[in-house]
Amino acid sequence: MTKLLDWFSAGRTSGKYTLPFVVILLSITVLASAANLLLPQDSALYVSTYSITLLGKYLCYAMLALAVDIIWGYCGILSLGHGAFFALGGYAMGMYLMRQIGDRGVYSNPLLPDFMVFLDWKELPWFWLGMDQFWFAMLMAVIVPGLLAFVFGWLAFRSRVTGVYLSIMTQALTYALLLAFFRNEMGFGGNNGLTDFKEILGFDLQADATRVSLFLITAILLAGIFVLSQRILSSRLGKVTLAVRDAEARTRFIGYRTERYKVWLFVYSAVIAGIAGALYVPQVGIINPGEFSPINSIEIVIWVAVGGRGTLIGAIIGALLVNYAKTRFTAIMPDGWLFALGAMFVLVTLYLPKGLVGLYGQLTSKRGAKAKQEATS
Amino acid sequence: MNVILTLCLLLGALMPFSSAYAATGEASAQSASPMLVELTKTKLSKMPAVLEKLEAEGGDAYLPLFRTWLAGNLYYVKSDRTLVEKVGSGKQVTYQVMFSGESRPDITKKQVKKVKVNNKLRSLLRSVIARIQLTSENPKVREGAVRELLAKLDKNLIGILETLYVEEESRDVKAMMGTALSLFAASDKSNSQSVRLSAIEDLSESLENDVRNGLTKLTNDSNEAIAAAAEKALVSINQRVERYALVDQLFFGLSLGSVLLLASIGLAITFGVMGVINMAHGEMIMLGAYTTYVVQLMMPNHIDYSIWVAIPAAFLVSGLMGVLIERLVICRLHGRPLETLLATFGISLILQQLVRTIFSPLNRQVSTPSWMSGSLEINPVLSLTLNRLYILAFALLVFMALVLLLKKSSLGLNVRAVSQNRNMAKAMGVKTEWVDAMTFGLGSGIAGIAGVALSQLTNVGPNLGQSYIIDSFMVVVFGGVGNLMGTLVAAFTLGIANKFLEPTTGAVLAAILVLVFIILFIQKRPKGLFPQKGRAAE
Repeated sequence: MTKLLDWFSAGRTSGKYTLPFVVILLSITVLASAANLLLPQDSALYVSTYSITLLGKYLCYAMLALAVDIIWGYCGILSLGHGAFFALGGYAMGMYLMRQIGDRGVYSNPLLPDFMVFLDWKELPWFWLGMDQFWFAMLMAVIVPGLLAFVFGWLAFRSRVTGVYLSIMTQALTYALLLAFFRNEMGFGGNNGLTDFKEILGFDLQADATRVSLFLITAILLAGIFVLSQRILSSRLGKVTLAVRDAEARTRFIGYRTERYKVWLFVYSAVIAGIAGALYVPQVGIINPGEFSPINSIEIVIWVAVGGRGTLIGAIIGALLVNYAKTRFTAIMPDGWLFALGAMFVLVTLYLPKGLVGLYGQLTSKRGAKAKQEATS
Repeated sequence: MNVILTLCLLLGALMPFSSAYAATGEASAQSASPMLVELTKTKLSKMPAVLEKLEAEGGDAYLPLFRTWLAGNLYYVKSDRTLVEKVGSGKQVTYQVMFSGESRPDITKKQVKKVKVNNKLRSLLRSVIARIQLTSENPKVREGAVRELLAKLDKNLIGILETLYVEEESRDVKAMMGTALSLFAASDKSNSQSVRLSAIEDLSESLENDVRNGLTKLTNDSNEAIAAAAEKALVSINQRVERYALVDQLFFGLSLGSVLLLASIGLAITFGVMGVINMAHGEMIMLGAYTTYVVQLMMPNHIDYSIWVAIPAAFLVSGLMGVLIERLVICRLHGRPLETLLATFGISLILQQLVRTIFSPLNRQVSTPSWMSGSLEINPVLSLTLNRLYILAFALLVFMALVLLLKKSSLGLNVRAVSQNRNMAKAMGVKTEWVDAMTFGLGSGIAGIAGVALSQLTNVGPNLGQSYIIDSFMVVVFGGVGNLMGTLVAAFTLGIANKFLEPTTGAVLAAILVLVFIILFIQKRPKGLFPQKGRAAE
């Protein structure tokens, strides 16, 4: 019996990682920020603004991985289109930042962004209205991805599209958006996207203090979302979700409306991805249709797979590790990265089905079992 | 393998009806006949006589000379009286020796003198050229000559045409001449109204551009009855043109459909039998295309036959790669479709990068065999490009071969058994592992063949496969899994739908609309067009 329980709980975390994780994350964040702002540049412990931005970027990716893990690890929905929600959130933020440029663009038009002037447009399209208000733009950054996820999820889950079909559909979704956003007529800057941002809420985006603040906000939000997701998934709703993952038909027969659980979880996940995108754009300084490309979305999945799915913490660890590796790798051997990534996909699925966290769990449980045996003998 | 060979033989039998395009016999460099030298000495007023003698002497060997002369590009070198053709304009002028086409960079503007031409001479030249061409041996050339004359008919030409019309034997040429005569009769104001009206009546059958222009002119005729008749004829012509435009669109849709069919059929089989999506399927297509490229590199002097080598080679290369992937990766992930998807995606990344490393990331140009280039002209407003036509036929042949293979061979029987009920088949002694590997090899091999076809339509690059993978999935989803008939219908439906939406919505929106349509379609029929029936269907 205990063996069975062990087997079932392998790769799933109780809340034991939550507090240490949040403490570690926030303390590193605060230390890095302090090292950037307070220490002189020539100090050994000084953290450059570039590194701060890079860390902030990684944390956005971690949030995105968290979103994918919530639905893939806990509900069995492999989404190959989560980059789309991320990019939509990013575009909402990008539109706000675009409007903040005001008349400091190349064409000095107080109302229209440069690319619209270039296309000879006379007035702001309707979907840009209100984007000069920060609160409205941020609302859109969560509502648009959420709404898209709701419509898509409602259509897909209601007709019981599952498994591989669903994955391909999500990939097609992001592919369609990629095609759409590449067009100049869409009014999102065509293939150049949105860039050359100046300020956010009146603060200069290039200033160290702004960078550090964005990094801090990202870390705090990541911690918050992590704790919230942990709570949601360990509640009754989370239990049903796991049941859907492991035996959907059975759960349905017991009387649960499984598609509703799936839709709302999907929407929740998409909203998180949207928030990650909105935080990502001011730190990176550009958003373009490339974010919609299917390969970006599928890379998120490998972060989760490397870290260990169905653990939340694994998604974050995986995202940080893989992206750090990518940064190092592309600097040393730019051509080698895709080989490494491809090999990672193959090897992790073959030999590390539960990811690094699962591996750690297995090792410790084996050690624990051994200790138990010795104690009893 | 035998099937493929048979296919090749069949296609080979179809080869000879390549574009019926006869090159006019270019005369080789002539030793300048005295008449040609005469040409450079004669005054403009005496030219017509010289022209007549030239026509009698050279006939169609002198065609290029007459054409150059008519265009006002005929010059002669003052020193040795060689006739040369002026090529280019402005500062880029060079001179080529008449007939031999040999370039003479040493000649400058100052050393040449133009052979003059005036209106009277132009008209005579036109008649001469027309006469030469209209009496050519080849009916195609005769027809082309008449067509060329439609826009510049005059009394002289009509005289020639009328005499030739009586003796003409080829029906097409006769019809074309009739059109020319009617066109002239209709626009000739000296004719009576009834003659002109009947001429317009005859023209309403024609699809020639020049006839349409002539009729458009006539709609402004002072005679109202004529104008109205011309208007009527134009309307009926335009209706027919639109009909043919529709046929043209349909053909393009079918062509796209055939490419989709080739690209997705392998996927449909593997997905049907094993329930796994091979994300590296697009790369199998790419490997096939690169195989074509390599085969052409190895036999640069036999490009025409390279395709026959490339098809089996691509089948083997991609097929073996498929078997390798199945044995090394996919069979270890049995019953876990999502993990298989991820692992095969990794393989696709590796293969793409491998090709980039070996062949460079740039696109490679694959040449088209001569018998595949050109087009089949049905009529002036409709011509079908041959390569698309061949690929359409080829896709259908491959499809038929596959259906036969699955219906008649023991492998096919095993494949169908495994796809219907794997466990039962295993219990009956079917070697499911072997069937899986073979299926995967077959599906990948067909993807390789699709790559050969695609290399004839687009550039070959590392991302070639990626652009087709999503479309292929759409076809499989739409047609129903593991169901060849459904794949066929779905591929052509999507191809045609795409091409018919494109003009109104643009290519991108068309793609998006098709996608939305499929998402909605799955709502209604989650198992595709032709779902499997019975208890075995999950």
